[in-house]
Amino acid sequence: MKNSIGREIPDFIPGLGKVTGFGGAFAYKPVGRTAGATLTTCLPRADKLLASIETAIDAVGLKDGMTISFHHHFRNGDRILNRVVEAIAKKGIRDITLSPSSLNTVNDALIPYIEQGVITAIETSGARGKMGRFLTEGHLKKPLHIRSHGGRAQAIESGAIHIDVAFLGAPACDRYGNINGIQGQSACGSLGYAIQDAAYADQVVAITDNLMPHPLFPISIPQTQVDYIVVVDSIGDPTGIASGALRYTKDPKELLIAKYAADVLDYSGYLQQDFSMQLGSGGASMAVGRFIKTKMLERGITGSFGVGGMTGVFAEMMEEGLFKMMFDVQSFDIPAIDSIKKNSNHLEMSASYYANPHNSGAIVNNLDAVILSATEVDVDFNVNVITDSNGVIMGASGGHCDTAAGAKLTIVVAPLLRGRLPMVKDAVQTVVTPGETVDAIVTERGIAINPKRLDIIDKVKHSGLPIMSIHELKDIAYKLCGKPEAIGLSDEIVGVVEYRDGTIIDVIRRPIL
Amino acid sequence: MSKLLKAAQAGTVESSDILISLMPAEAATGIQVELVSPTLQQYGKHIKNLIIETLVFHGIEDVQVYANDKGALDCTIKARVKTALERAGE
Amino acid sequence: MEKLRRSMMFVPGNNPGMLLNAGIYGADTIILDCEDAVAITEKDSARNLVFQAISELNYGTEVAVRINHISTPFGWDDLKRVLPAKPDLIRLPMAQGPEEIRQIDEFISEAEEKNKFPAGSIKMMAAVETPKGLRFAYEIAAASPRMVALAIGAEDFIANLKTTRSKLGRELLAARGQLVLAAREAGIQCIDTVFSDINDEEGFKRELELIKEMGFDGKSVVNPRQVSVVHDFFAPTAKEMDHAERVLAAYQEALEKKSGVISLNGKMIDLPIVARAERTLAYAKAAAGKGGK
Repeated sequence: MKNSIGREIPDFIPGLGKVTGFGGAFAYKPVGRTAGATLTTCLPRADKLLASIETAIDAVGLKDGMTISFHHHFRNGDRILNRVVEAIAKKGIRDITLSPSSLNTVNDALIPYIEQGVITAIETSGARGKMGRFLTEGHLKKPLHIRSHGGRAQAIESGAIHIDVAFLGAPACDRYGNINGIQGQSACGSLGYAIQDAAYADQVVAITDNLMPHPLFPISIPQTQVDYIVVVDSIGDPTGIASGALRYTKDPKELLIAKYAADVLDYSGYLQQDFSMQLGSGGASMAVGRFIKTKMLERGITGSFGVGGMTGVFAEMMEEGLFKMMFDVQSFDIPAIDSIKKNSNHLEMSASYYANPHNSGAIVNNLDAVILSATEVDVDFNVNVITDSNGVIMGASGGHCDTAAGAKLTIVVAPLLRGRLPMVKDAVQTVVTPGETVDAIVTERGIAINPKRLDIIDKVKHSGLPIMSIHELKDIAYKLCGKPEAIGLSDEIVGVVEYRDGTIIDVIRRPIL
Repeated sequence: MSKLLKAAQAGTVESSDILISLMPAEAATGIQVELVSPTLQQYGKHIKNLIIETLVFHGIEDVQVYANDKGALDCTIKARVKTALERAGE
Repeated sequence: MEKLRRSMMFVPGNNPGMLLNAGIYGADTIILDCEDAVAITEKDSARNLVFQAISELNYGTEVAVRINHISTPFGWDDLKRVLPAKPDLIRLPMAQGPEEIRQIDEFISEAEEKNKFPAGSIKMMAAVETPKGLRFAYEIAAASPRMVALAIGAEDFIANLKTTRSKLGRELLAARGQLVLAAREAGIQCIDTVFSDINDEEGFKRELELIKEMGFDGKSVVNPRQVSVVHDFFAPTAKEMDHAERVLAAYQEALEKKSGVISLNGKMIDLPIVARAERTLAYAKAAAGKGGK
């Protein structure tokens, strides 16, 4: 069948079963009740502390075919995921479904366990590096199941993802299992993704290198959800967890794109007193903050709140009084971690609060504007952030489609060319975010507004900005590069991209490389 | 000039550039192009043809070409081939 | 209306990536550089690349080529190769006197004829970088009707003066002043030297303030990030614009009434004031044209 954006999706996908095709950003109406953890009890004076990860695997009764989850707050400094899978493999357990909130290049070390059949399914936000290429080649038994951050929260709450055991790295953990992410040598700031897993997993194992006296303060994940605690020497490498302050790019092309994006936001009329916004990571989208800040100061306006993966750049604006508060699902750099530690208006939030479409209202619904990066976009305004131009998995869905759906104004920034490759095309390789939720594409050579946003088109008409149709923008790229030949694809499906509502927006077919 | 006097190179392996190496070839062996490119699937054929056309335009019949592409546009490819040819004919 | 050259941005002539994006930053003129930015061993590469870039990339802005001086082994070859691509402007470095300007002028005339370009369509400018060049600045400026601007190249000039560059730029005061005088006498534009410390935004602004006061029409820049700073600086203030508009309105009114005397708020307005008002509004229009609030 073809889904509503014209992508060919099989009704039945080997390894996944029967699937529902995407039918529009808000078409799907959820039914049923939320899922939940199995009932349990913990007797007074019981000791949750276990000697090792191996003991914990035994204690939770991990078996072939179970689903285990992890958070990715330690990014490339993570020392938990690889370590736990190694221990599972040694015990001869197989056929595990890995369900981490995302994968980083440090997790390339898992490749041998996929080859050995220890891991046979992965559901996550995306994959990069060697792992991305490996999964693209189809070595995993089931197709890689890609969900957005909001989509993962939705799937966990609906039961589409059933986590048997969550192994959660805990920068600070007391003897009864209260956890936060802001204290200790492996502090990572917000634990937004872990909060979700802890609440819905049947069993939760906290792994910490910083066991603190009970009760811990503050508490992000409560003791009521944590079954076991394991103390290890180190759960993360601080240099890989967070970089020093992420600074604005100095690349002139990215700065130009950022300036155009800030101008589009401005002319569209959303840059008003008490506006709210999210800035994606990536050079150009982050740099938009700099231009917005200048505009806010010039006009003497202040914003209401910021959302997202947070950086020190945003924290700085909040501390200067330019924003009232920040909702943080993931803290990207050391200044952001410091800020969540000291600023009471810098709030930690769960993935569900952030972006889940099937609750009574995630914070993305309150966003005025979001600026997002893209790998490729097409003339239907669809966005790809998962595969490169050769069809190889190299990115993550993240909160892309969630924020695009929620915000009143969604601006996607991308260079028009990468090397010789045009980034505005007739059709993107893989759709992650549907064009109906994207309002403007901003490149260094031109800006295209979604034709359904007549209101914005009208407002930017006389701005002097290089406004053009998306087809004109594509033509500029094709004129410089030539029309790219389509890459060869096999019929084998190596990945499925789920929209935030659980329907399938696209599939990734193995490219013939 | 239908034949190269000596081997020559032009260009770099920096982003958006292409390194063209020309080597003299025996008469009647034709133009042989070996291309390495990150955009082989999208533009491989086009780039090879462009290199051959540029060489033919300058009257070259026999040459071995090694092209290491880093995402160069047509204008860059033509300029690099031309420079390599001038250097090969000195 | 005279062509604005507030920012003339140098782009290394042998760098394909930078040539590709040279036109996107809104510089009034881009200068594709075959001279200092190109190693001696790559002069041939650069002129071929610059030729192809001008021929195929639609820059949508004035395109200049800085050739090597004709006394080097590269200058004439640069001209021979790039002129058939029809650059808008040829920039000569190290100008020493009017004779070389006339030689290049002739060479361009021949190329224009050969390539069937309109006669005189390719313009010229020259950079003064030596005390001798400065002494002949007016003669250089007046040596050809193609000449549209003089520029000062500070690095070589300072070396010739046996001093060093300072933050306040006093060492260049005499040269800048004389160059403006020579350019104005010849009726052409005058462009200031580059400011190479791109991270010193304060220093850059100080220098812009100085050269604007001195009468320069624009500045050479080395980094795209400097373009908008220059344009902001040359953009007239609201007060200046308001005054200019009222001057032109008064002038228009006088023309309609066929009155010989123009006055605004009881003050006499003569033609130079009208010309300056026109210039002010042209700068304002250019500043508004590139988008953004």
